[in-house]
Amino acid sequence: MAIIRSKDLVHEYIRRDEAGNVESIQTALDHVDLEVEPGQFISILGHNGSGKSTFAKHINALLTPSEGVLWVDGMNTSDDEYTFAVRQTAGMVFQNPDNQIIASVVDEDVAFAPENMGVPSDEIVQRVEKALKMVGMYKYRSHSPNKLSGGQKQRVAIAGVMAMQPKCIILDEPTAMLDPDGRAEVLRAVHDLNREKGITVILITHYMEEVVDSDFVYVMEKGKVIMKGKPRDIFTQVDELKSHGLDVPQVTMLAHELRKSGVPLPECILTRQELVASLAKIKNGGHE
Amino acid sequence: MNDNILIMDHVSYKYSPDTAYEVKALDDVSLTIKKGEFIGIIGHTGSGKSTLVQHLNGLMRATEGHIYFNGQDIYDKDYDIRSLRTQVGMVFQYPEHQLFETTVFKDVQFGPKNQGLDEKEQIKRAYEALTLVKLPDEFYLASPFELSGGQKRRAAIAGVIAMKPSVLILDEPTAGLDPRGRDEILGLISDMHEKRGDTVILVSHSMEDVANYVDRIIVMDNGRPAYDGAPKDVFSHYKELEKMGLAAPQVTYVMNDLKAQGFDVDTSATTVEEAKEEILKMLGR
Repeated sequence: MAIIRSKDLVHEYIRRDEAGNVESIQTALDHVDLEVEPGQFISILGHNGSGKSTFAKHINALLTPSEGVLWVDGMNTSDDEYTFAVRQTAGMVFQNPDNQIIASVVDEDVAFAPENMGVPSDEIVQRVEKALKMVGMYKYRSHSPNKLSGGQKQRVAIAGVMAMQPKCIILDEPTAMLDPDGRAEVLRAVHDLNREKGITVILITHYMEEVVDSDFVYVMEKGKVIMKGKPRDIFTQVDELKSHGLDVPQVTMLAHELRKSGVPLPECILTRQELVASLAKIKNGGHE
Repeated sequence: MNDNILIMDHVSYKYSPDTAYEVKALDDVSLTIKKGEFIGIIGHTGSGKSTLVQHLNGLMRATEGHIYFNGQDIYDKDYDIRSLRTQVGMVFQYPEHQLFETTVFKDVQFGPKNQGLDEKEQIKRAYEALTLVKLPDEFYLASPFELSGGQKRRAAIAGVIAMKPSVLILDEPTAGLDPRGRDEILGLISDMHEKRGDTVILVSHSMEDVANYVDRIIVMDNGRPAYDGAPKDVFSHYKELEKMGLAAPQVTYVMNDLKAQGFDVDTSATTVEEAKEEILKMLGR
């Protein structure tokens, strides 16, 4: 059974004037169908305003559908009865680490969610320890979050979600505010959770390099899913991606430009090793 | 001598000096910035790059050393540090968080108003700045909160431009923007630089961005400039850059990998276009 499934999901932001009359309706999600199997690593790409964050908020039941249905682990998110169960199943990490950390000591911050869920205190201690170890932040457990780097703070935020023991974690542009080191740290932690603990991951981003290792990629624009497939299938369509204001990794771009100039490179090169090996073959007179 | 607009002379800055928490954020930095240069300052978080630029407009005061703007020591007793702040304009990270007026136009007018200019001049300045950042005029009377992320950022940059600074410093102007927004903002900064011929200092941790636009790169590491030169020269030290938690543009690696495999290529390419030319040459096309 799919852990997340949406059917004709529509979300409208409705603006009203002071008298309550409808001023404008903006369709942020326009009949989105999407399915995620347990244990998958899914990426959702799209530029600002494409609807990807709105979709994320639906998975966490922060928003509920205007039309259509979304099931999280079999629970219909429109049903109030399931709201808390949905949030414990699908934990959410946001863009800005500073907006998500509330306690003055790292381990207290991670303990916040299980405390609220009424988990017995010995178990909280265990969960916090486990969650911090998962993201490689255990040695900072008694530090103040203020003094951590952006990447470290984001990993604490991820640990905070993991302490709820969710089946699925949604990350909404978790690296947008981080430097290259921090970005790499956070991605490593997320991939480890996926591989080692079998946590389903939904990564929302506009950095192409980050989705290369996903199982499946959805590209959104104007509230619609406009492309979906394995990363390699998506990245072959360089011109299409560019026309939607998205980027491709610099190496893929270079390979694409060389192909346009008549160099017989294979379609869709994602890494520099692939590019260098293909170029060497061509130069040495071999054929692809 | 006259074309050096900013000079830092043995500048050091210590956080919490003489305590157990003392940290040297700037460590004996000496550098000169010429009029009209387009400079990128890169370094990982904590390398001192933001601290460095905050010294240039007097927001932070060096614990040692001197800074000269147009030949004058900005730490002189009778130096007008307030006027320095309008001449060295600073666009902070996430500048859209600082929009506060009821309309975009008023927000941009705020800087010139604070400079004590008369209303006619304020309006003229605001209008010019908004035109320069290419914000469509239907947004002039909108609330800043109705703009998209990229538009807000352009409005915030206009607010600084309206003061007509001779040096414009932008601290991570593309952070949090999507690729389209990023290209728009960087293209805009580069266009404005060409049009106004002003000195621009761009603080960034994205090598690809910086390589495409600037003439000179200063790499900060541990509070010191580790490299300072043209992008090609700086990125030739890509191995050392990696040790500092930075990386050269991906294409620079491709060229070096090809060289390592025994191909006769020039490894100095820093953009896709340059790498393409060099590879085509290598393949004899």
